[in-house]
Amino acid sequence: MISFKNVSKKFPGGYSVLKNINLTIETGEMVFVTGHSGAGKSTLLKLIAAIERPTSGSISISGQNIAQLKPSTLPLLRRKIGFIFQDHKLLFDRNVFDNVLLPLQINSFDHKLVTGRVNAALEKVGLLKKAKALPITLSGGERQRLCIARAVVHRPIILIADEPTGNLDAAYAKDILDMFTSFHQVGVTILIATHDAAILEKTEHRILQLDQGQIAA
Amino acid sequence: MIQAWLMQHWHVFVFTLKRLISTPVTSLLSVIVIGIAFSLPAGIYILMDNLRSISGQAAGSPQMSLYFKTDASKSDIEKIRQRLEENAQIVHLQFISKKTALQQLQQSSGVVDITSGLARNPLPDAFVVNTLDSTAEALKQLQTTMQAWPKIEHVQFDAAWAKRLNTMIEFGRTVVLMLSVLLSIAIIAVMFNTIRLQILTKREEIEVSKLIGATNSFIQRPFLYFGAIQGLLGGITALCIIALAIQTLNEELTEIAQLYTLNLHLQHLSTGDNISLLLFSTWLGWLGARISVATHLWQIEPK
Repeated sequence: MISFKNVSKKFPGGYSVLKNINLTIETGEMVFVTGHSGAGKSTLLKLIAAIERPTSGSISISGQNIAQLKPSTLPLLRRKIGFIFQDHKLLFDRNVFDNVLLPLQINSFDHKLVTGRVNAALEKVGLLKKAKALPITLSGGERQRLCIARAVVHRPIILIADEPTGNLDAAYAKDILDMFTSFHQVGVTILIATHDAAILEKTEHRILQLDQGQIAA
Repeated sequence: MIQAWLMQHWHVFVFTLKRLISTPVTSLLSVIVIGIAFSLPAGIYILMDNLRSISGQAAGSPQMSLYFKTDASKSDIEKIRQRLEENAQIVHLQFISKKTALQQLQQSSGVVDITSGLARNPLPDAFVVNTLDSTAEALKQLQTTMQAWPKIEHVQFDAAWAKRLNTMIEFGRTVVLMLSVLLSIAIIAVMFNTIRLQILTKREEIEVSKLIGATNSFIQRPFLYFGAIQGLLGGITALCIIALAIQTLNEELTEIAQLYTLNLHLQHLSTGDNISLLLFSTWLGWLGARISVATHLWQIEPK
């Protein structure tokens, strides 16, 4: 599903975030990416959604080399992916429902079906009662769940989460992890960047340890 | 598929209208600016058009006079009449006998005394004809041809007057064109800036939309609609301004006309002109938005 071949990423100024990364993630796999702050976790995830481009090497998703993607086909790649951003990137000028509606509008879904879809996604993350609320009134955990609802509403085949349990207490973190497990069970390929030791201890899924831009054995 | 596409456009249209209404003062101000900018060249255009129709008889269908030699007989006149009727260049002809000419002269005030002292009628018989072509060269050519006809003393037409009027109208046209170009550029600049400010305030939305997989045309669409709708509303404002101005001027003109016993009346724009103006203003609004979007959207790349 996702494969990296000799991928390196340097930022302007010469700082190397990722050095010669080789990895393969199978369809339907759930993988944790971990490492210190600045180890390159976020950059690795952003490379998959082509938010960052590799300095060298190739990345392919479903056999398509995304390093050579034309700007016009970039949106089609991103529609396959649900991305849960570290800084949420919610839109504060519209309510919870309209935030989740956005991906469906972009995918030009049938207008008769969207309300049902959005409500189902909100139901899944337990925010249906807050559909009319503005994001500014939500708690940290609720915003995280809203972000998840927006990422899954158009049923992507890949789900990427950057520190989804970042500032949450243990009970909330478990809730959110259970949601990811349920998406994994229906066959979605999932990548989660985290440094939450409690999660990593318990999980039976693959853990990719990043250390100074390289995958540690 | 097409239905989904139409629905999408309809939703963007409704969304744009809502956005316009949500900032009533700003929207109204830019609509008024566009309206005034359009009403200037359109107003001058109307004045020119009216000037042309007022003086239309002189300019549109020029007159020529054919004077017979004083010894021309009735049959000579009939022969010339036949020739004139056969000529495709002549659209209308009128015979003025020497008797009628003298009567007309006597009716003009001040010359009665002079003419009553004459022993015999010194005036010639004449034809007054209206020609199809109004260019000076064509008239000149026609004049030479007719001058050669038998028993014709002199053929006269007022080339200078036709030329002067044509130059005036040409001048007016140039003024309208220059004003239109300048004010169109101004409208594009206004729209460019309006959309630039909108893009800045919608920066987050654009960034997130790009991250979620929105195409450029999806992101552009609301801005282009916004530009086009504002252009259209500006055009409608211009039409209202012009209609109001003509209404007011006509009231004043009626008074002047009564004093001088003339029939003065400004004509409104034709339906075709109205539609062209609205289409053009819509297109200009769209164009300003299009240039703005092309300049600013690529600068917003999500990180």
